Amino acid sequence: MVVWAVLRDFNPKMKNKTKPIITVKNLSKVYKTELLETIAVDNVSFQINEGEFVAIMGPSGSGKSTLMHILGALDKPTSGQYILDGQNVENLSDDELSEIRNKKIGFIFQAFNLLPRTTTLKNVMLPMAYAGIPKEEREKIAQKYLKLVGLGDRMQHTSNQISGGQQQRVAIARSLVLNPAMILADEPTGNIASAQADEVMAIFEKLNNEGHTIVMITHEPDIAEHAKRIIFIKDGKIVKDSTNHQRKTAIIKKEVQKND
Amino acid sequence: MTEFFELLKESFNTLRLNKMRTSLAVLGIVIGIGSVIALISIGQSSQAAVASKITSLGSNLITVSPGAQSSGRVRTATARKTLTLADATALKAAGLSAVSAVSPEYSGRLQVVAGASNTNTTVYGVTSTYSGVHNLKINGGRFITESDYNSNSHVVVLGPTVIETLYGSSSYNPIGEIIRINGLNFTVIGVTVAKGSSGMSDSDDAVYVPLSTAMKQLFGVNYLSSIAVEAASSDVMIQAQNQIGYFLLARHKLTDTSKADFTIRSQEDLLSTASSVAGTFTSLLSGVAAISLIVGGIGIMNIMLVTVTERTREIGLRKALGAKKKTIITQFLTESVILTFSGGILGIIIGVLTSYVYSRINSSTFAISPYSVLLAFTVSVVIGIIFGWYPAKRASNLQPIEALRYE
Repeated sequence: MVVWAVLRDFNPKMKNKTKPIITVKNLSKVYKTELLETIAVDNVSFQINEGEFVAIMGPSGSGKSTLMHILGALDKPTSGQYILDGQNVENLSDDELSEIRNKKIGFIFQAFNLLPRTTTLKNVMLPMAYAGIPKEEREKIAQKYLKLVGLGDRMQHTSNQISGGQQQRVAIARSLVLNPAMILADEPTGNIASAQADEVMAIFEKLNNEGHTIVMITHEPDIAEHAKRIIFIKDGKIVKDSTNHQRKTAIIKKEVQKND
Repeated sequence: MTEFFELLKESFNTLRLNKMRTSLAVLGIVIGIGSVIALISIGQSSQAAVASKITSLGSNLITVSPGAQSSGRVRTATARKTLTLADATALKAAGLSAVSAVSPEYSGRLQVVAGASNTNTTVYGVTSTYSGVHNLKINGGRFITESDYNSNSHVVVLGPTVIETLYGSSSYNPIGEIIRINGLNFTVIGVTVAKGSSGMSDSDDAVYVPLSTAMKQLFGVNYLSSIAVEAASSDVMIQAQNQIGYFLLARHKLTDTSKADFTIRSQEDLLSTASSVAGTFTSLLSGVAAISLIVGGIGIMNIMLVTVTERTREIGLRKALGAKKKTIITQFLTESVILTFSGGILGIIIGVLTSYVYSRINSSTFAISPYSVLLAFTVSVVIGIIFGWYPAKRASNLQPIEALRYE
């Protein structure tokens, strides 16, 4: 618990900016069936450093979801190397991968994936239960992050009692509670209205400004443009890796906050 | 510990969401455990009832009957005549150390008439020792005495069932009345206390006359139908049987126990036979109940498999957020054990109620052995673990991406 407290108090801004969070070398993922071999990710190499806000873009079938699953320690690559926050991830057991996901990755899914009929507070507390944090502390931290995403007054609502945008904000709070090495968002705005999508992006920008590393998979160009760096994927290969795009900045409109 | 209570609370909440399904799944266990508890209890109380009836026939009772011990052989008319009054007298006179009383008896069924009523009942020719040996109590009047025997008196002691048949009510006091047995007049001198039927012989549906009168005037025989012997104590039953056996063998000039022309049976033999029959019955019924318990367990497994499939996304999410296999297994096992455990508790309550109602209806003793309750608790938990294991294992092996994609 002491170690954990130290980690929590550590200000990400103080860290060395060039510390690599993700290092991927010659990473491939091949799906084999009897008749054909599909190369979903084809010999990809890149690095994402601490404090970056990266969008991985590509059309459907480009392999970006497979890449996301590997980056999220949800799937194992066929070949190549993946180092997450200084730890090799390629050859770990299921339980070891669970621990990596728990401690190092904050997941945000397209379909929010909150536990149904469970309060937002309990949803946010869930990853901390798996990390073995005592209940009172879990509750305190969850409350803090729910306030951070503007849902301090929705803690006892169940997930089916709040809007999609609010659900995604609960998911963001949940992804932050264990202070992960990176936030991994898979089409975070895919299931919500555009006004609420802006809000989600505003929160991402704020988190990134505070030093959080964010990796976001999306197929929507105007969502990707909120990121500082965009990696384009096509047919399992990186076709473009750019930082020189017109960056969008989301503004939270007051009326949106009131009406959602 | 708090983690455990949290897990319990969470599992309860999950199970509450599907009340109908949960109750139906639990019902199988309730029925299984309930019938095990009820049948064990009912079986044990009837075992106890049989035992107490047999003991009430006379404590430390040993019965010597004519005829060979071997059950395969047909008992012939001559074989029934091997025990005589002289045997009984000699047995008494021998003063065997383990024997405290000897009661020679002859019984047969005869027509008994009182005025316009009559009944066919068992007439026992007895001596004064009969009531002591057979634990027979007198309700009013007196029992057959030695002087009745010596003087071939025409006196009779009636059982309550006979009084009821002859006079219309078992509370009627017939002492002093005259009844006719086989055309002879007998004066009623006493009434026995009701004992209830033992299934062997109904001592309430019987009349007792002096042995001398019975042998000479009612039945015209010179042999006995049995000699009842009371052992000095329950500890010397075997010894008493041996002493009687060797004494009679010697008296009948037989050299080999296998040639014995009489059979010695003790109350204990009867008791153990009867209770082993009741015991077999109990275990048979419990076996059937246990099968229903297994069926209940399969029901639990089925429900848990459905639950796992339904909650694939939830499991995927939990694994994505860091739940390890053990955590998922524990979660699902807790749910199935809660199901079977609560089914077990309900089953125990229902089983206890059932056997209570049964004991009330049959006015038998009501007893629940703590052993069977403990067994039911253990079995319900074990069933939860056994039948919950496979679904829980299956849940824990789900791959998070596949589980998250599942619709």
